Amino acid sequence: MIKHLRSAADLDAPTATLILDTAAEMAALAGREVKKLPTLRGRTVVNLFYEDSTRTRISFEAAAKRLSADVINFSAKGSSVSKGESLKDTALTLQAMGADAVVIRHPASGAPHRLAAWVDGSVVNAGDGTHEHPTQALLDAYTMRSRLGRLDGLRVAIVGDVLHSRVARSNVLLLTTLGAQVTLVGPPTLIPLDVSAALSPSTKVSYDLDSVLPDMDVVMMLRVQTERMQDSYFPSAREYSRRYGLDLARMRKLPEHAIVMHPGPMNRGMEITPEVADSSRSTIVEQVANGVSARMAVLYLLLGGKA
Amino acid sequence: MASPRADAPSKIILSESDLHRVVDRIAHQILEKTSGATGTVLLGIPTRGVPLAQRLAARIHAFEGIDVPVGSLDITLYRDDLRLHATRALGKTELPGDGIDGRRVVLVDDVLFSGRTVRAALDALKDEGRPSSVQLAVLVDRGHRELPIRADYVGKNIPTSLDESVRVSLTEIDGLDEVKLTGGDK
Repeated sequence: MIKHLRSAADLDAPTATLILDTAAEMAALAGREVKKLPTLRGRTVVNLFYEDSTRTRISFEAAAKRLSADVINFSAKGSSVSKGESLKDTALTLQAMGADAVVIRHPASGAPHRLAAWVDGSVVNAGDGTHEHPTQALLDAYTMRSRLGRLDGLRVAIVGDVLHSRVARSNVLLLTTLGAQVTLVGPPTLIPLDVSAALSPSTKVSYDLDSVLPDMDVVMMLRVQTERMQDSYFPSAREYSRRYGLDLARMRKLPEHAIVMHPGPMNRGMEITPEVADSSRSTIVEQVANGVSARMAVLYLLLGGKA
Repeated sequence: MASPRADAPSKIILSESDLHRVVDRIAHQILEKTSGATGTVLLGIPTRGVPLAQRLAARIHAFEGIDVPVGSLDITLYRDDLRLHATRALGKTELPGDGIDGRRVVLVDDVLFSGRTVRAALDALKDEGRPSSVQLAVLVDRGHRELPIRADYVGKNIPTSLDESVRVSLTEIDGLDEVKLTGGDK
């Protein structure tokens, strides 16, 4: 097993499959009366969050607690970071406290890679800048596999702001490793220029959502990062929504079995309409539940064995 | 425990027909000791305990026409030696539909050795529910207990030394039925 999970590219197909299989067992245990497992007793997991997050932080916290690890939550607000402490000094502090794993979310791409050089424990990337979010990709792959039964040969469209999306990048890497065929869809301003060189040679690109929908098994809608709206990547929210938003009419173009995913938080009415988000094809709530199982699997596989 | 070399001497302890007779006997003993297997659930411990539990259920059905619920209980997450080895892949836990609350649970495993697997299984069981009682059935008891644990049903007692290893093969997993003892200085 690998020591850190910094990028979805750290995972080869057998390792990724092992994580998904382990997540399936963890999910089965979530239905029991006693959800807690003694597996990581005595281990310490630090959640080091330099960026706001609801679901990812809570999900990691729930995952670590269900495995009986001690959890220390650290958010940059209200810590010495606001007094100017560097990431390295914070890392050394955590090191001195004996953290067995550090789960880090950071606005700077590559922060988890730096951190891994400074601490002895495992580092798990919970989202770094516009770079990667590997556990999101794992829970997405898990959701696809449990809904559709397989990943190999699955056709997946990732729609929206691919350029700034760490979710998209990790998904492309992981899904490609596991044999799925990814198509990136969005306005040309929000799709990287040379996707095949930057990510994987088999990845396709389309600027026309309507034309790709009939061939897809999965449509993953990305959040429009409203904080980037004024950067004029697209003319107006209404135009974006009309061309790349998923509404009922577009959803009907999908094959009967296809599912609709969204990593959250959603802008209802922008990239996805409420009717679609709440439809039976949407896996959005399922994704949150699966997130805990996927993160339990990652923590178990990183921390469960011989250090 | 070091695994014996490939060329180490090995001896067949139970042949295919011996193994079938032993499973039949345990099935009869379970019926006898549980007054007809009422309220009884068989839980196999992965990997080889699971097909053994299924065989016991099939034999009980053949003898008395009773359907005993069968399931599997993975104990990996409850092991006390996780930190001594590389991370282990998990096995399947599948409890019968009606659960184990108030039932007599018979844990089924292939080899009883240190007793640590059984301890882990008891811990796992307590998080799954509250059985009225728990019993243990093993195909082979090789001794060397490290915990105060004993089996209720034993297929065969095999005195072993610590440098020997007991290898149970079952058709469902290994393609043949056999129990072998390998290693040692004999």
